[in-house]
Amino acid sequence: MNRRPRFWRAALTVAWKDLLTEWRSREAFSAMLVFALLVIFIFNFALELKPAARAEISAGILWVTLCFAGALGLNRAWVSEKDRGCLDGLLLAPVDRAALYFGKLFSGWLILMLIAAVLLPIYGLLYNQNLILPGLLLFIALGVEGYLAVGTLLAAMAVQARSRDLLLPVLLFPVTLPALIAAVKASSTLLSGLPWVDVQPWLMLLLAFDLIFTVVAWLAFDIVMEE
Amino acid sequence: MIEAHNLVRRYGYRTVLRDLNFTAAPGEFVALLGPNGAGKTTLLRVFAGLLRPTSGVVTVAGCLLPHQAMDLRSRLGVVSHQPLFYGDLTAAENLRFYGQLYGVAHLAARIEALLALTGLEAVRNDLVRTFSRGMQQRLAIGRAMLPDPQVLLLDEPHTGLDQDACVMLDQALSQVAGQGRTLLMASHDLARSAALASRVDILVRGQIIASTATAALPPDGLLTYYRQSLEAAQ
Repeated sequence: MNRRPRFWRAALTVAWKDLLTEWRSREAFSAMLVFALLVIFIFNFALELKPAARAEISAGILWVTLCFAGALGLNRAWVSEKDRGCLDGLLLAPVDRAALYFGKLFSGWLILMLIAAVLLPIYGLLYNQNLILPGLLLFIALGVEGYLAVGTLLAAMAVQARSRDLLLPVLLFPVTLPALIAAVKASSTLLSGLPWVDVQPWLMLLLAFDLIFTVVAWLAFDIVMEE
Repeated sequence: MIEAHNLVRRYGYRTVLRDLNFTAAPGEFVALLGPNGAGKTTLLRVFAGLLRPTSGVVTVAGCLLPHQAMDLRSRLGVVSHQPLFYGDLTAAENLRFYGQLYGVAHLAARIEALLALTGLEAVRNDLVRTFSRGMQQRLAIGRAMLPDPQVLLLDEPHTGLDQDACVMLDQALSQVAGQGRTLLMASHDLARSAALASRVDILVRGQIIASTATAALPPDGLLTYYRQSLEAAQ
């Protein structure tokens, strides 16, 4: 007798499959990493920052890099399912479709966090600035979650369209703007050495964005995948 | 068991299925024939719960669609011309992934049994991207059989296969037919349909225009029957 897998077990199964296929192909990870490294190299040569300006600018450069690299990964996440026809395979499984969403969200988050883990020390070397700070890591974890919570939903919508490569960035950046502003502001405030009380409003905004948009995406995903 | 009464499916202003009535009993193997654009794939996608009917009543494996689509999915197997596999996973890993999503009990034993059924035990640990198209389609039968489905939908499963691969696929299909299971196969291959199916339905412009038991046809009589049915529908 078969039993339907529990919601989170199904989500973890999807995430594990994504990570295993990515580990073997390294298609998205290598493209995202190379792109992210190129961006910070270009900024390094273009801006030639003075020490005083570094703290404020670094957060912006870091988040632009993570966003663009993340957009590359988001495009791949559903396109690869659609192109191989595996999307139907997933939709035919007797699981809550939101479990597929959370599986994709989790694998995407982990991959982008890995990119950030490689990026931060290299960025620190290039710009002579220590970015391995617990607070900054927290903002990156939360900012990436909010960005991908919206991005995973929009990428699933865009994958059904013919102009999906163009559609995703056009939809993604306006919707995620509040999360990105909060993440940049929280990060730059922290890097400038200002007191924690100045960081708190941005952190609250980031948390609220994450919570609201993750729940909205959870509720909307089944409708988005319908036909 | 599959039943559709007055089924209508529209894409925008285009009506693809028009007041279609269809029944397939448990144990029956129905081949669905028809020209390109007749609505075969749309009909199969409605029966799979992937498309909502615009109107009409559709029941598959005792589940009323679209309301009970979730219940249907654990009683349904689908094989299409795309094998629905991840090339960077092995044959066994692909079956394990889908088996976990289906909550298949005693999964390891079930995977072994299905690899044996499809003749792929020797390549169980090979990446699917190294498989020939024929091997992928046989594995697709294994994937569709994971939940031991009551209904198996096949959308042109022979597309792109060479003769040897077609014969191997036919053997796999013959093994899974019967046992009270309902099979519905959309196809353009008249000879294969006559050999495999117990009944043939002809779909033209979104309606079933003819239906006959294959046993009632003379040898090589399906082509004549098909042509006459299309001419009558003109």
